[in-house]
Amino acid sequence: MADHAHAPRPLGGSAFTPFTLLLGVLSAIAAAILLYRFIYGLGAVTNLNDGYPWGIWIAYDVVVGSAFACGGYAMALLVYIFNKGQYHPLVRPALLASLFGYTLAGVSVIFDLGRWWNFWHIFWPGYAQVNSVMFEVAVCISAYIVVMWIEFSPAFLEKLGMKDVKQKLNKLLFFFIALGVLLPSMHQSSLGSLLVIFGQQIHPLWQSGWMLPVIYLMTAILLGFAVVIFEATLSSTGFKRPLETKVLTPLSKIMFGLLAAYVVVRVLDLVLRGALGTAFAATWQAFWFWIEMAAFVVPLVLLATEESRRSAAKLFVGAVLLMFGGMLLRINGFLVGYMTGEGWNYFPSLAELMVTVGIIAFEILAYIVIVRKFPVLPAAQPATR
Amino acid sequence: MDRRNFFKASLAGGAALATGAASCPAQARETHPMPPEAVGLLFDSTLCVGCKACVAACKQANGMPLEFSTKDQYWDTPLDISGKTLNVIKAYRNGTMAVKDREENGFAFIKKSCMHCVDPSCVSACPVSAMKKDPKTGIVSYDKDACIGCRYCVAACPFGVPRFTYDSATPQISKCQLCVHRHKDGKYAACAEVCPTGATLYGKVSVLREEAQRRLAMKPGEKVEFPRGHLRGGQEKALQGAPEGKGEMRRQGWTDSSGQKYPGVAAQYLQHVYGEKEFGGTQMLMLSGVSFEKLGYPDLPPRSDAALSEGLQHTLYGGLIAPIAVLGALTFIAKRNVKPDNEEGGSHG
Repeated sequence: MADHAHAPRPLGGSAFTPFTLLLGVLSAIAAAILLYRFIYGLGAVTNLNDGYPWGIWIAYDVVVGSAFACGGYAMALLVYIFNKGQYHPLVRPALLASLFGYTLAGVSVIFDLGRWWNFWHIFWPGYAQVNSVMFEVAVCISAYIVVMWIEFSPAFLEKLGMKDVKQKLNKLLFFFIALGVLLPSMHQSSLGSLLVIFGQQIHPLWQSGWMLPVIYLMTAILLGFAVVIFEATLSSTGFKRPLETKVLTPLSKIMFGLLAAYVVVRVLDLVLRGALGTAFAATWQAFWFWIEMAAFVVPLVLLATEESRRSAAKLFVGAVLLMFGGMLLRINGFLVGYMTGEGWNYFPSLAELMVTVGIIAFEILAYIVIVRKFPVLPAAQPATR
Repeated sequence: MDRRNFFKASLAGGAALATGAASCPAQARETHPMPPEAVGLLFDSTLCVGCKACVAACKQANGMPLEFSTKDQYWDTPLDISGKTLNVIKAYRNGTMAVKDREENGFAFIKKSCMHCVDPSCVSACPVSAMKKDPKTGIVSYDKDACIGCRYCVAACPFGVPRFTYDSATPQISKCQLCVHRHKDGKYAACAEVCPTGATLYGKVSVLREEAQRRLAMKPGEKVEFPRGHLRGGQEKALQGAPEGKGEMRRQGWTDSSGQKYPGVAAQYLQHVYGEKEFGGTQMLMLSGVSFEKLGYPDLPPRSDAALSEGLQHTLYGGLIAPIAVLGALTFIAKRNVKPDNEEGGSHG
């Protein structure tokens, strides 16, 4: 294992470019909208209503956002639990992206909470209601954010020159890594379980009942792999570094296996529940279902051979499609397939969209700044290219 | 473990998960039983004349703001329950609207307010115990001081009952709480108290169920007397007249209409008491001549969604046994695979 040669180093370079400036402006716009929201209420900026009490700030920012942040989880599972050491260089950058994705998903919950000053009740004995799926999600996501900061702290401790603390932490790291695998398994599945209590308000194509946690967990891991490929490709282009195809190709094979298993589980669930017929009705739900399924099935064809998995372009397209499919599964479950009765409509307002865009922009901005200043990305190996 | 084995293991793991989950529904917890002293409402659509006295009384009793749907804002005109309105009467209209309580070319009135489910989704969904079901009366009440405003209850309720004040910086949930704040004065739900025809009756669910069955057994067209206000069972009747709140009631302009009768004609009822079985039962029961689905009430299974959701959570997390066992296994594996001594340049593997 070429651990030493792959040791992470800060990239260096300027944090101020036209691109980071744009990201900064988008983040600032979102901050301004949020300030307005906290003064005048949710109704002043969102299109939320009693028929659609949850909009994209939950369905995208939290449910999709945290699933997109599963790179660190998927890689930790692979490297530390299945002992696949060759993927080690991918762990730290994936963990950083997860750290930001999750922290922002957690923080953005506050933006959506009507009575946000009471948010601590969810952790407080006497208030906490353990039968609620949301209780489980909230506690597990919060705990995972803390665990990730601990897991990632070696990168900061290095920079700060705190060798002692780092060494002590390293001795215990295995436990935090175990927690860092358990907690996302719990809350990513529970994000699906959130829909169970909605009962027949969720279209049969997405109301999988007790299979929901399985479907959401499988796609969360799948998205974790896809996001790692996506990010590795983008950062190799963006930072002008060689692409780690040697690692990404075998990774995509594992992803392919999991994808095949997922498609089987998803279709079987629909057939066994007798819900497949509704996919052939002339409805918006059926339309979006087929788009969602296509986004999973096309990569299954695209990445079927070892040769195609060696193509950087096919890997990237496959990863992007999987991310799109995983996003649609969640948006479809929480919004498109949420049928609360006639007369209710929801489409996000411009302000709502700008907040979501701003959160994504802030995430990318923070990622760029951190990898330039802290040892995250593996040192490039010009010799192998 | 080499790649082939990993591949196999993940497929097998997926299959195990799938079969495990598929065989689980048998473990969904039981739907909660009706509390013995449960109180509720009986709404008889065939008796409702659409006067909306109950809508006005509800506003007054609960101090809710007016809501306008007309250009000239002369009086309270809510079209649906909302953050400002806990109870509303809606009209069903079809074709020529010639005959009341007839589905075709007819019309009917329907009440919309909290059903006070026996096993409510809102209570199960709420992560902070802001929604509670009284173990004795079964009344589902809301505590804004506990609420975090997540609106999971709004999304979860199959009847679309809890509503939210989106236009406020300090929003809250609005829902009927059966005038529980008036009970200490010996008073009961304002909607039932003012209803002139007894279309909305208040009482113990056991008593209301009997009354509902009595009506279903009536011969359509036959002249009958319908009770008004608070319908009391045999034992309760003996205690009637005692409530200390009576003087207070008169001072506020309310009258206890219990014991009064409304002379009417038995309608052509559907042989269906809505809320008796639906969703594990509700404490608001309904009778009608027009199908409940046409009146905006969903056709629900006899099992509550809370039973399914909580059954799932308890199976996975009951006593934290499964998570702790998995954590133990993961810690063991991670300890073996993470080698801090190999630490070079900051990587931990």
